Amino acid sequence: MTTTLRHSPSRLSSLPWDRVIPWVVPAGLILLWQILAQVGVINSRILPAPTDVVQAAIRLTLSGELFKHVTISTWRAVVGFLIGGSIGLFFGVLNGVSRPAELLADSSIQMIRNIPHLAMIPLVILWFGIGDEARIFLVALGVLFPIYVNTFYGIRAIDPGLIEMGRVYGLGRRQLFSQVILPGALPSILVGLRYALGNMWLTLIVAETIAASSGIGYMAMNAREFMQTDVVVVAILLYALLGKLADSAVRWLEKVTIAWHPSQKLK
Amino acid sequence: MLHIKNVHKQFDNGFLALEGINLSIRPGEIVSLVGTSGCGKSTLLRIVAGLDFPTLGEVSIDGEPITGPHPKVGLIFQEARLMPWLRVAENIQFGLSHLSRLDRQERTEAVLRKVHLSNFAEALPRQLSGGMAQRVAIARALVTQPDILLLDEPFSALDAFTRTQLQDHLLEIWEGDYPTLLLVTHDVEEALVLSDRIIVLRPHPGRIHRELRIDLPRPRRRSSLEFQRLKEQLIGELDLSPAVPDLVKLGGVGSGG
Repeated sequence: MTTTLRHSPSRLSSLPWDRVIPWVVPAGLILLWQILAQVGVINSRILPAPTDVVQAAIRLTLSGELFKHVTISTWRAVVGFLIGGSIGLFFGVLNGVSRPAELLADSSIQMIRNIPHLAMIPLVILWFGIGDEARIFLVALGVLFPIYVNTFYGIRAIDPGLIEMGRVYGLGRRQLFSQVILPGALPSILVGLRYALGNMWLTLIVAETIAASSGIGYMAMNAREFMQTDVVVVAILLYALLGKLADSAVRWLEKVTIAWHPSQKLK
Repeated sequence: MLHIKNVHKQFDNGFLALEGINLSIRPGEIVSLVGTSGCGKSTLLRIVAGLDFPTLGEVSIDGEPITGPHPKVGLIFQEARLMPWLRVAENIQFGLSHLSRLDRQERTEAVLRKVHLSNFAEALPRQLSGGMAQRVAIARALVTQPDILLLDEPFSALDAFTRTQLQDHLLEIWEGDYPTLLLVTHDVEEALVLSDRIIVLRPHPGRIHRELRIDLPRPRRRSSLEFQRLKEQLIGELDLSPAVPDLVKLGGVGSGG
């Protein structure tokens, strides 16, 4: 590869190779999948050809079904995320800045954190029934702890020298928080946000496949009953896409808010 | 005028860090506190800075007792302590929020010129070398136009070459408007190059052991016979235990304070 580049730099360097190369393997795999499906090596009941999956996606889009399910799933995800995220952020900040609050609340939060939240599903159904409340509750629970833990440790890991610097300049508690503690903890909070978003989709997928009458997870489970493997694959791809979108959003957020951090490349 | 009157400091664990410290420093004077580890020199500086409080006694500036960080006192620590998320200029303006935007900008430009970093106003701390970061810290301390600059082992984290450069640079700045400099160091040469007076502290408990007046004209040549003689005398005053003889040869004495 390097030798080719060296021999004809004018033509090859005009292409952004760094952007192209990561796509070579996935594109090749899809091509292989298509060929194997068309010659009949893979049964379409097991795995439909990529073209069939695309057709199913187009069909679902045109009927408006896809849009309906994606909207309802996104709504559940966002509401659950906002509730769980704010609770996690609140306690993370509170316990991060106050020792008494930490003593009072941290060990309890750590205990609850160690319960796999999906193990709560039977109990959650008993509490909330099988409505949206149950799903939102589960998402909130899945989002809360990554945000809490990373906010808490982000605050605790701030260089005490910087906080003392704030004192030297006579900053009050509020200014100290907004000018030193919050910016200092932000990189860690964003790491928590990333984990939280991963947890958010994961929780929602499980919650929607168990008991729901709408949403992407429901669409997949419903398709399974009618042996529509292509629709199941569409649903799985949708989750991948939404997860990737959420991750890109955080990356973008990192780029604009913590460009100063060693994790970020400088221009 | 900076007065330290009968200052005692006993920590919560019972450790007596300082006992009966009396010291007066006149405006524009450069005074170094030197001593081996545990002699309380850094604790004394923190008390003067208003970051720590004496168990007994009092520190006052122009007759006004110190009860917390004083606006007329600038601080420089061993680490630059720059906010990593703020650019150089923003770091320097950190304590200037009470001034108008134009005032802030003018002052920032002036101090950046003083430390020869005018081209780095928009740089992030992570883009600076250790010596540059420490110069930004000096600029940040100078921008409030302090009467007194307190320096806690300001150059000890830097390589020998950068250290010498910054010592000369500090003197250059001092010759501009003669702030009082109170410096904690464990570097005997640094104390001799900079100070009008060197206060030697000895530990257990921290007490002033001796005061040396350095009358050599500035700039001082480190290689001169007189300088070497004073260095030997100062090392003699430090009461080094036999456990650290190697460090004497290197010119440094012990670590930390």
